[in-house]
Amino acid sequence: MVEIKTGEVGVVTTTLDQALEWARSNSLWPLTFGLACCAIEMMAIQASDMDISRFGSEIFRNSPRQSDLMIVSGTVTKKMAPRVRRIYDEMPYPKYVIAQGVCVIQGGPYNQGYSVVLGVDRVVPVDVYIPGCPPTPEALTNGIILLQKKIRGEADR
Amino acid sequence: MAEWTEVNFGPQHPSMHGVLRLRVKLDGEIVKEVEPIIGYLHRNAEKIGELQFYCDNMIYFDRMDYVAAMNMEVGYLEAAEKLLDIEVPERAQWIRVMMAELNRIASHLVWLGAFGLDLGMLTPFFYCFKEREKILKIFTEVSGSRQQLNYMSIGGVYQDVTDEALDHIRTFIKEFPKELNKIESLFVKNDVFISRTKGIGVLSKEMAIDYGVTGPMLRASGVEYDVRKAQPYLVYDKVNFDIPVSFKGDNLARFLVRVEEMRQSIKIIDQTVQKLPAGPYFNQKAKKPLMIRLRGQGEVYARTESPKGEFGVYLIGDGSLRPYRVRVRSPTFKNLSVLPALAKDQMIADLISIGGSIDLVFGEVDR
Repeated sequence: MVEIKTGEVGVVTTTLDQALEWARSNSLWPLTFGLACCAIEMMAIQASDMDISRFGSEIFRNSPRQSDLMIVSGTVTKKMAPRVRRIYDEMPYPKYVIAQGVCVIQGGPYNQGYSVVLGVDRVVPVDVYIPGCPPTPEALTNGIILLQKKIRGEADR
Repeated sequence: MAEWTEVNFGPQHPSMHGVLRLRVKLDGEIVKEVEPIIGYLHRNAEKIGELQFYCDNMIYFDRMDYVAAMNMEVGYLEAAEKLLDIEVPERAQWIRVMMAELNRIASHLVWLGAFGLDLGMLTPFFYCFKEREKILKIFTEVSGSRQQLNYMSIGGVYQDVTDEALDHIRTFIKEFPKELNKIESLFVKNDVFISRTKGIGVLSKEMAIDYGVTGPMLRASGVEYDVRKAQPYLVYDKVNFDIPVSFKGDNLARFLVRVEEMRQSIKIIDQTVQKLPAGPYFNQKAKKPLMIRLRGQGEVYARTESPKGEFGVYLIGDGSLRPYRVRVRSPTFKNLSVLPALAKDQMIADLISIGGSIDLVFGEVDR
């Protein structure tokens, strides 16, 4: 399978690839990985009002081996960062990461503290950033749709 | 003595409610020793609190117990207003009680849904979050935000409750008891739920007091103690409500106490909507540009009843614009300390059940 995630030029795109991308983008299985406040909003998109299963991502897997999307939801501390990396390494390819909330993007309100990692992108590569503290479930849904577009190679900046 | 197996739970585990790690020593399926390892969400909110103005500290308290932001704000403001010597108008006090009780219901609903998930029941989760969304819609209406609200401020609340919002609250308190009965019956009529909670994790009265356990966990062990009654703050002495107490002390008792507490909260909200007085909702002494110039001198300790238990805030002011020390007495931290004693010599499946019944929120344990 060719690596499409980075969007590097030089890859021959075939019809089969497009079909696979379409299938993959519509069945993103997120990992149950709640860290802090944003995790409650992550639970909310799973629930009835903001039903994420409309976009094919309702199956939250508990094992990193079975999931292909990691939603980093909440402040990553220096104690937690090695675990985040390890969980990321345990996920099978192709894998994607969504950074939910300003804490995950750059430290947020805690960026003057001594124990907070200033951005999870220092630990794992991030595909989609969703600002907000915490982002609303609508914003998170939008982030997942953006990731789907990115997987299909049609994301506009 | 046979060899004990050492197993690590978490920090990434579906039933660890965030980032708790447990080092468990097992003899077959029997838990012999549990050691909670915390600190995976240590965000140094107390230390950052010393760098902020008094009014700016609110956002860090919002994010401590992130499912009950209003109660955290009430807790902080009880201390800050005492230190800064600011009076709160009557109307603002009633609004604060109303919002705190709404958030207590929201917090218990999150716990209820997560407790169901721990025990393998997926259905109640959807019902609980459906009801919670209704409360969050009211919060969005009054504060503009869903979860981390920053609604209250020193000297009152950020903006007044409109008549429209009051109508929505009235509709909510009319419909919610019926929905709550439905949710409760999903639990108590389920044999699997009863067999996994009844008689499991019994916390005796003496042990609860020894460990400093507070909140619904303490009341489920037969101690009738609630800060709202024992040392009333805001206008809790002007409203009628009962403290639900159970004498069993097991997981089922903790479940029933929390469900009954939601009913009592509805009762309080009903009274606040009826008795809400007219008048200013904000103290002019602490209005917007003056707010950051407030100086505090001395030290105060204030305690309030958060959904998890007794929430205490200790502040020292040295006469400057920023607090000298911010210290929080976190109820969940004390409640968590009882887990090793409760889970000892139980089955490993019961460890999940007991851990779920404590109502853990890690923003508050680690701060």
